[in-house]
Amino acid sequence: MDPAILLIQCLNAVQYGLLLFLVASGLTLIFGIMGIINLAHGSFYMIGAYMAFALQPLVAQYLGGGFVLTVLVCVVLATVLGYFLEWAFYSYLYTREHLQQVLMTYGLILVFEELRSIIVGNDVHGVPVPSWLAGSVRLGDVMTYPVYRLFISLVCILVAALMFWVLTRTRLGMMIRAGASNREMINSLGIDINRLFRIVFAIGVALAALAGAIAAPVSSVYPGMGNAVLIICFVVVVIGGIGSIKGAFLAAMLVGFVDTFGQVFFPAAAGVMVYLLMAAILLFKPEGLFKH
Amino acid sequence: MKKIFTHTALAAALALSAGSAFAAVKVGFMLPYSGTYAKLGEAIENGFKLYVQEQGGKLAGQEVQYFKVDDESNPSKGPENANRLIKRDGVDILVGTVHSGVAMALAKAANDSDTTLIIPNAGADAITGPLCSKNVFRSSFSNWQPGYAMGAVAAENGDKTAVTISWNYAAGKESTDGFKESFEKAGGKVIKHLTLPFPNVEFQPLLTEIASLKPDAVYTFFAGGGAVKFVQDYAAAGLKDSIPLYGAGFLTDGTLEAQGASAQGLQTTLHYADGLDTPRDNKFREDYIKNFPQLPPDVYAVQGYDAAQMLEAGLKAVDGDVSKKDAMRDAIRSAKIDSPRGEFTLSKAGNPVQDMYLRKVEGDKNQFVKIAVEKLADPARGCKL
Repeated sequence: MDPAILLIQCLNAVQYGLLLFLVASGLTLIFGIMGIINLAHGSFYMIGAYMAFALQPLVAQYLGGGFVLTVLVCVVLATVLGYFLEWAFYSYLYTREHLQQVLMTYGLILVFEELRSIIVGNDVHGVPVPSWLAGSVRLGDVMTYPVYRLFISLVCILVAALMFWVLTRTRLGMMIRAGASNREMINSLGIDINRLFRIVFAIGVALAALAGAIAAPVSSVYPGMGNAVLIICFVVVVIGGIGSIKGAFLAAMLVGFVDTFGQVFFPAAAGVMVYLLMAAILLFKPEGLFKH
Repeated sequence: MKKIFTHTALAAALALSAGSAFAAVKVGFMLPYSGTYAKLGEAIENGFKLYVQEQGGKLAGQEVQYFKVDDESNPSKGPENANRLIKRDGVDILVGTVHSGVAMALAKAANDSDTTLIIPNAGADAITGPLCSKNVFRSSFSNWQPGYAMGAVAAENGDKTAVTISWNYAAGKESTDGFKESFEKAGGKVIKHLTLPFPNVEFQPLLTEIASLKPDAVYTFFAGGGAVKFVQDYAAAGLKDSIPLYGAGFLTDGTLEAQGASAQGLQTTLHYADGLDTPRDNKFREDYIKNFPQLPPDVYAVQGYDAAQMLEAGLKAVDGDVSKKDAMRDAIRSAKIDSPRGEFTLSKAGNPVQDMYLRKVEGDKNQFVKIAVEKLADPARGCKL
């Protein structure tokens, strides 16, 4: 393979991996720290994307517009939604079995899909790329690379760095880590664990919605978009080790590379490559790359 | 979640009291009324009913009674849903459906019960190929047809090499095989067939692959959300200006609003187009808009409309007596349908022998350019009729 093409493929892999990380990081937080299997995580991604589509004209009308502002509004609304959902539904699940968690969160998927269908309809919609990011960079002699895709990668890297910093260097991060290892103990130390978990959940939802919102201009918005993302995100979380942000990052990159080069070199087996990777890793590291 | 509507035409009762020789013709719609294809199902039903309405609410002098089942585009529920119409409602004619997998199940149920089936969309080659049957007809197309037509156009444009790309499933394979057949027959060469798993939409690695192969043209089969994203990504990767993108018509049908500028100028082949500007099509469009102002007339509405025409041709031959199944089916098979798309006949296997149009995207229209291949018949490979 031509080295220039190889480099572009690596860029594709990194870019895909980074976006996967952004969605999966929220899932691994909720799964690992709160112990909840949240099947509705893909729906939050879908909600973010549809908000980016539906809110754009409203934001333009009332707040003066702008893509960044729209994304911010999406994230704020998603945080509020996450806070509410935790209070209304998820807070009852901590002590329940996994089966009940799966049933309820699956129910939420159906509810969100139906609401989406009622509010926005079943059509595919495009979301315009903001004009200041609409250009592209020339790579090789026929190919160009959209600047917007590079922008997505940049946002993902910033969010990853921010999360890492919050979890390892701040008081909030310390409380979250402590809460994950021993709920009762941290409660008896005078920290409101319920409120803490509510915040973690809201952050998880916001991350998924952010991923959906910034991916919307390249992915377009369509029914069922959340479900496709959900499965691959669970793969990332399981490979990385449940609850580990570092693991999720590494796993997302691995999946990005395996998927990209699988499509190029083994097109017939492209659909199973990622799952083979997962099986191979679980064989040697049953708890994922990074044990929480 | 299953929605079953039973519409009993009021007129049916009147016809009976008037002492007609036969009961009303029972038509069962098995179409998607929910999910991604809901709008397509609606358009097909609208088209069918529009034709019946134009005939004064009767086909060959017979009242028509409608039954509906939502197939949810779910193949695993196909047999069950088909039997609701066949066994419970006792329909004479089945009309359905959009999804190829469901249509296969429907065709099997129709064969088992010897019910006449008219398929108003699903393009699976097998239905009018190895699985063909004397009671199964199609008012739409086979996946092979648009592909074959586009291969001929590409060769005519002077393209020597091409890459085909689609999801790794039957419809994509059938369509790209059709392209390859005519393109290579005319001296071209398909240098690579790229696939990705359905419904994956991460196209970037394959677009890079196309850029490295540098073919003269790319042929693709995608529909719905995948079509929107592929067209956008193709343009964003800077390939649109250097390597022309051809597609089966579904690439740009019902998706133009979402695709925006990235779809402008794309060429696709299908058995229907905007701007045909024939008196027949203009009349159809005008009537359709008058009756269903919320949905623009499209290829799906035409397919529904023609399904009703095919049924009428069959009923006329037997004076509306649906119990004379063989005579009715022979009449449908030999009918000449005056479709808004242009006149067409049916092949032995029951698939339309029709003109395939080359269209070009202009604004929000798939504008007619020329006839790509005249009277194209599906080869019906494997059909023993």
